[in-house]
Amino acid sequence: MNMSMKTRRGLFIAACLLPGLALFLLFKVYPTIQIFHKSLYLWTGVGDEPKFIGLKNFVDMFQDDVFLLALRNTGFLMLIVPVLTLLIALVNASMLTQSKLKERGFYRTVFFFPSILSFVVIAILWSFIYHPTMGFVNSGLELLGLGDWAMAWLGDQRTVLWALAVTLIWQAAGYYMVMYMAGIDGISPDLYEAASLDGASKIQQFFKITIPMLWEIIRVTIIFSINGVLTISFVIVSVMTAGGPDRHSEVVMTYLYGQAFTNSNFGYAMAIGVFIFIISLLLALISNKLTERGSH
Amino acid sequence: MSSYSASLQSGKKSVGGSIGKLAVRVFLILQALIVVYPLLWNVIASLKTNAEVMASPWALPTSLNWDNYVRAFTTAKIGDYMLNSVLVVLMSMAVLLLTAIPTAYVLGRMRFRGRSFLTNFYMAGLFIGGVYVIVPLFIMMNDMSMLDNRFWLSAVYATNSLPFSVFLLTGFMKSIPHDFEEAAAIDGCGYFGTLFKVIMPMARPGIITLIVFSFFDFWNEYVLAMTFITDDAKKTIPIGLSNLMQIQQYATDWGSLFAGLVIVLVPTIVVYALLQKKLTQGMMLGGVKG
Repeated sequence: MNMSMKTRRGLFIAACLLPGLALFLLFKVYPTIQIFHKSLYLWTGVGDEPKFIGLKNFVDMFQDDVFLLALRNTGFLMLIVPVLTLLIALVNASMLTQSKLKERGFYRTVFFFPSILSFVVIAILWSFIYHPTMGFVNSGLELLGLGDWAMAWLGDQRTVLWALAVTLIWQAAGYYMVMYMAGIDGISPDLYEAASLDGASKIQQFFKITIPMLWEIIRVTIIFSINGVLTISFVIVSVMTAGGPDRHSEVVMTYLYGQAFTNSNFGYAMAIGVFIFIISLLLALISNKLTERGSH
Repeated sequence: MSSYSASLQSGKKSVGGSIGKLAVRVFLILQALIVVYPLLWNVIASLKTNAEVMASPWALPTSLNWDNYVRAFTTAKIGDYMLNSVLVVLMSMAVLLLTAIPTAYVLGRMRFRGRSFLTNFYMAGLFIGGVYVIVPLFIMMNDMSMLDNRFWLSAVYATNSLPFSVFLLTGFMKSIPHDFEEAAAIDGCGYFGTLFKVIMPMARPGIITLIVFSFFDFWNEYVLAMTFITDDAKKTIPIGLSNLMQIQQYATDWGSLFAGLVIVLVPTIVVYALLQKKLTQGMMLGGVKG
């Protein structure tokens, strides 16, 4: 009787765990092992026999001008977008919670909305917004008498990354704002009251109370946001610019994808995947270290 | 209350306060316009003729051109893509719930050897994004004839959401008092009976949060669907739309592209309106603590 109870319990545990584990091993663990393994091979095409070439793919990467350009573009977006997104989100969150406006719920609903839209819808919409003739950015500038400033925002290598950055910020700022609002709601109102009795201005309160109290949440959102840029930039770039003009908006993810599925350079593409994977882990660790309380 | 008590202190400050409040309002309204106007512009453009779209982005359409919507359904087959998306979302959700709930239950509430190893194993999965591993995944699915199949696409979606879902639900499972299982055992409930009849209702808030978040992830996914599905009849909405955009650059039927975008926006807006509270509450449960 005792034994059969134990067996039944064991069977139940196995029945609960196995389906999830099977999927996880098949679609997550196995491919992850594969990219590390096959990044050491020359492999060009599904039917091809992979040939071991050691670290050559990684050496090639740093002599590949297009890859280096894509890396620089990605770095630019990973720096600019999280900083501006989180800053806007923080300012809005503290304004909405501090000013006690009646329409606070309305703004929260509106600002959050872009973050649930399909990236493809956002990308298509913004390629029309920036469209040289049909878009309202240029014709808006003309209406304001700034017609000289009108340009092909996505077609000019000086502006294309900034234009993509604006789209990425538009998409994500509301999401982080809601996170921060939840955090600010958890801060005791007494702190703000005491500070304002001491004559601290709203701006001083923002730096002396809001930011320090939210610091743990801010740390998490920095990592979320950096990783978000990496994934979302793929969709935004492939729909809006396809890496153009002349590769000036190519990001590492679109380059990896093109190497794999256009050029059939599977080994090389996997080496790029390994590189990005390690870089994003390192970035998470570094930003975690840099934002630790002690060093702040 | 702080601005109120400050305004009691001196008249001067209250004038400054209301000017400040006005500035805040103007600032927020401007931002709301930046968020809403592109969407509104899209809706207006979806009712214009092609000539009107090209003429001026500010003008209103002279007559409501519903024809664009008809063409979006007939020529551009938005309806078919949408059906595929619904199917994929439902299958992904079913696979996710059937795997994540039992896993989280066992990891959260039962003691056995290997439990902490498995928990950490799933946590490591949080760091592996979908695109890094897309190449070996594609090759493996090609070898196993899983490509061009909506079920296997859904299984991949569910697997990608699994680590976070297990993480989120395990927390919920742990917070349920152990008395419930004891009571269920006394009532003669088996293990599965306890899980389905006692634990699942208790973990409902967590499960709903999970469903809401996964819905948007599954509905909007683009990269994997684009790579794993080649048959046009099986494509989901995001892929259908991006194809449509490429076609329209030559066919220049802008009106029906904008109509297509609106058709995709509508279910999102409806779900958002219904679940807005759940979603922003869920952010506090899952997002911040995740």
